[in-house]
Amino acid sequence: MNRIRSFHRFLPLIGPVLLYLAWSTAVSAKWVSPTLLPSPHTTLAYTVQVFTTGVIWGDLYSTVQRTIYAFLWASVIGVPCGVILGSSPPIYRSLEFLIDFFRSTPSSALIPLFMLIFGITDLNKIAIASFAAVLVIVFNSAYGVMNAKKTRVMAAKTMGVSQFHIFKDVLLMESLPQTFIGLRTGISLALVIVIVAEMFIGSESGLGHRIIDAQQVFNIKDMYSSILITGALGYILNLLFMIIESRVVHWGDKV
Amino acid sequence: MDSSSVKKKSHVSIDKLCKSFNGETLYKDFNLQIPRGHIISIFGPNGCGKSTLINMISGLTEFDSGQVLFDGKTLAQTKIGYVFQNYRDALFPWMSSWNNIAYPLKRMGIPPQKVKQRVESLVELFEIKFSLSLYPYELSGGQQQTISIMRALATRPEVLFLDEPFSALDFEMTLFIREKLQEANLRTEVTMLIVSHDLEDAVFLADQILLLTRRPTKISALLDFDLPRPRRADSVSDPIFIATKRQALEIFQKEMQS
Repeated sequence: MNRIRSFHRFLPLIGPVLLYLAWSTAVSAKWVSPTLLPSPHTTLAYTVQVFTTGVIWGDLYSTVQRTIYAFLWASVIGVPCGVILGSSPPIYRSLEFLIDFFRSTPSSALIPLFMLIFGITDLNKIAIASFAAVLVIVFNSAYGVMNAKKTRVMAAKTMGVSQFHIFKDVLLMESLPQTFIGLRTGISLALVIVIVAEMFIGSESGLGHRIIDAQQVFNIKDMYSSILITGALGYILNLLFMIIESRVVHWGDKV
Repeated sequence: MDSSSVKKKSHVSIDKLCKSFNGETLYKDFNLQIPRGHIISIFGPNGCGKSTLINMISGLTEFDSGQVLFDGKTLAQTKIGYVFQNYRDALFPWMSSWNNIAYPLKRMGIPPQKVKQRVESLVELFEIKFSLSLYPYELSGGQQQTISIMRALATRPEVLFLDEPFSALDFEMTLFIREKLQEANLRTEVTMLIVSHDLEDAVFLADQILLLTRRPTKISALLDFDLPRPRRADSVSDPIFIATKRQALEIFQKEMQS
């Protein structure tokens, strides 16, 4: 029994190990030209090196900072707007088409438009990433409020609680699990758009800039390691959010 | 002295209540007087609007015309409590059980010390042995329903509405909660309206059993049941209990055949 259980604990490692082996084999068997794909060992060693020598920190910092700014703007605007939309079906229905339309439009398609408005600035990257995140945050917060359990609202009503307190104590709390889904999706989207923007809107820093630069000068090791770091950043942001979420919305999956 | 046999002053007066759904009449000129401190069980065929009736009286569902008064006061001037069938959807999962019970008191602006005393007296009445710092989802179904009844009673309501409070509970929990509701009624004189789909539950707690017809819904019969209180689990084998239950069943079956 115990042996099975300790074996199960290692299951999540199987995927990465398989990838490492497949990658290694592909390189050593020369399935892929070594000029296009360095070995995983070389890539990981290089990744460690960029951290120890410190050359990555500036880019990593820029990307994280832009993502966080974009996300904060999106949350500060998105959550209250979503809650207002969700608590008023007529307002929601009048704006539903716009929200769904822009939510379905890849935000990267709007980069040229944002460049016209904001120019080639840092603000541009943050604005476009905020725009991408805000829609999904609005949408989820609104749904959270709309799908609040009617019974809880009725329960508060029978206690003689005022409309304002029903809103604050019940509707807002009810919408939290869904709002968190929106926030988590929002920060991932913000990172995606920040990386794209760093690649294509003249940029001097950021992981996106680093990836495209490495590609231009054919610094393959640096390109792969920057991709890995970007992936890890996305993963860590998501993980952080899940931890915060399980603390704040402790009842989320239990009711 | 058997107090329940003395004709008490009417507490809840329902006068000419009308309600239709999608053009179909559910209630038309429905009248009912409920004496103070009485427990009324509402029983009737599926879809006759048992829950709609208590929802109209408690203000959760609007009615088309008519009047509901509590001792001459309107609903807004009256403290009520409501216990839902689905306790999982009625309790606030973001608050501990203690805070769930205290919530309506806090919102009434009662000072913390008084809130604490009130919750403690409910803990004593319901003989709570589990920790109230647990969240509702950490409790069993029966414990959750107990918490929602305590929450509904916290404000010392004049009238307590219960919509099928036992339907999601096992038999042991049903017995416990039946007993506690009876105790609460004896101690506080709260008037109770209980919707039930189980005839035994309906008869057990009741001073009067309100039997409804199919829609358009009318009163089929209002049976008095004055078996002395406190009633025990074995009261169900008392001849008066059996006779009343049989009588209710006959009326119900006659209604189903008509």
